[in-house]
Amino acid sequence: MELIWQGTKQALLLLVHGDAEVLRITLLSLQVSGTATLLSLLVGIPLGTFLALARFPGRSIAVSLVNTGMGLPPVVVGLFVGIFLWRSGPLGFLELLYTPTAIVIAQFVIAAPIVTGLTVAAVQQLNPRLRVQLLGLGASRLQVVWLLLKEARLPLLAAVMAGFGGVISEIGASMMVGGNIYRQTRVLTTATVLETSKGNFDMAIALSLLLLLLTFAVNWTLTWVQQRGRRP
Amino acid sequence: MSGPVLGLEKVKVTYDGLPVLEVPSLEIQEGVTLAVIGPNGAGKSTLLRLLGLLERPTEGRVLFRGQPIPPSGKLLSLRRRMASVFQEPLLIDGTVEENVSLGLRLRHADRAEVSRRVREGMSTLGIGHLAKRRTRTLSGGEAQRVSLARALVLDPEVLLLDEPFAALDPPTREGLLADLKTILGKTRMTTIFVTHDRDEALALGDRVAVMIEGRILQVDVPERVFASPVSEQVARFVGVETILPGHVRSVREGLATVEVAGWTLEVAAPLTAGERVLVCLRPEEITLFPSGAFAAPSSARNQLRGTVIHHLPTGPLYRVTIDCGPLLVASVTRRSWEQLGLADGAEVVVSFKASAPHVIRRA
Repeated sequence: MELIWQGTKQALLLLVHGDAEVLRITLLSLQVSGTATLLSLLVGIPLGTFLALARFPGRSIAVSLVNTGMGLPPVVVGLFVGIFLWRSGPLGFLELLYTPTAIVIAQFVIAAPIVTGLTVAAVQQLNPRLRVQLLGLGASRLQVVWLLLKEARLPLLAAVMAGFGGVISEIGASMMVGGNIYRQTRVLTTATVLETSKGNFDMAIALSLLLLLLTFAVNWTLTWVQQRGRRP
Repeated sequence: MSGPVLGLEKVKVTYDGLPVLEVPSLEIQEGVTLAVIGPNGAGKSTLLRLLGLLERPTEGRVLFRGQPIPPSGKLLSLRRRMASVFQEPLLIDGTVEENVSLGLRLRHADRAEVSRRVREGMSTLGIGHLAKRRTRTLSGGEAQRVSLARALVLDPEVLLLDEPFAALDPPTREGLLADLKTILGKTRMTTIFVTHDRDEALALGDRVAVMIEGRILQVDVPERVFASPVSEQVARFVGVETILPGHVRSVREGLATVEVAGWTLEVAAPLTAGERVLVCLRPEEITLFPSGAFAAPSSARNQLRGTVIHHLPTGPLYRVTIDCGPLLVASVTRRSWEQLGLADGAEVVVSFKASAPHVIRRA
């Protein structure tokens, strides 16, 4: 108990003083996970919408694959993205391993199925007859998709939160393809592990608190946007 | 403009190999309200989706103003000349105003035009005071008015209505039905109205199409469909409860003698001797008398003896089933039921005029 108390006190001091290294780590986390989430939205929302609305052979297999992907262990993703990015790997020539970009790629692979799967669910929970009604009012295909996504915006925001939550908190992939390099690829989660293993509990707790704060801030904003639409 | 607005030619629709609709030909004329009636699952909604260009037939052609409909890429401009309303209001999340303006906004109509037509449309349907209300807070009747206004503001060349009153309670339904009748009477909008309710079809339809098991069995003015159904199936659906098979024994001066289950009936119909027929009797054409109490009026040429089996209250009437050999169904006002001292098990005389039955020839 004493340890937590001391650590928290130290952590608050560190935060209040605005430690440059802590700030850098926080910003990098936000930037990397934010970019990965954004990319996963660009792919996941159109793909999820397509899977929810289209009828083609193999569709249910595709949806099952996506749903399985929602639970991909980050460490496995890290391993396979790592293999691709190794100097001898198929994408080795890009020289991306141990860069923030590598973490973005790995986190994208983690978040994309989450966003896709939740988009499928969000669009499918709409009344299937709404689509025919919109066509019957003269909507083009694109207008139908846009209106359906607007109708599903509350569960879609949940998809965004789940995607971001999944990557800001993961550690396995960041460690394996980022390498936790000081001033280059160190993010909140990898830094927390490092500080803990060094016995710097105050620093570790400070980083954890920051991680919680950051997650809370992002989700609170999204929730605020989401619930604003709920008011009658 | 002359010529049909919409037409079907040799249309068939199958789902997973199962036939759901087969219409060799159908034409819908400008300015006419066609009521399509039939039991649930008869293919009425499928027919409406075909005519609304929301679905393609498996075989055959859909014609819009005489032209076959183009491949799906070019459908949008045609679909934008129509508007549909379904059983569920299917409103989008937002205000009433946003919903009523939706179709116009989808067509990128001019802003001033949108607001003018939306205001007009809302006032026509009596929902002007709800303009800023969010659709989630509306009652079922209000929501359906919004759905109708949303279609009507488009001033479509064809209005498609799929059971728009089926989910409403009776007073709400009657109010909206009356309003819609006024609107359609005023605008003379070509309308296709699908319903399983005979009264709704009578109230709104200029013409009635009876659809059963995927086929249109009769299309005519409502009076003729209801008075002279072309087949037993149609007769049953339009409310003929007594359908008796028989054969014509002789014909004299327009009056046919038809033998039905041991009884000899006189029927005023252009028949020929030897024909096999179905004699259809509507409940309201049949009069009941207690056995021996009264003499039946002389114009009622047909008098059958029977026993009341049971009676069922339906509104102000009793629906009475009488066993005369075959079963007959009559409707009797509650007052005459009591005055005549009728009861289940009572011996009665069933009488009807020679002109009362509608006769269908059997193959």
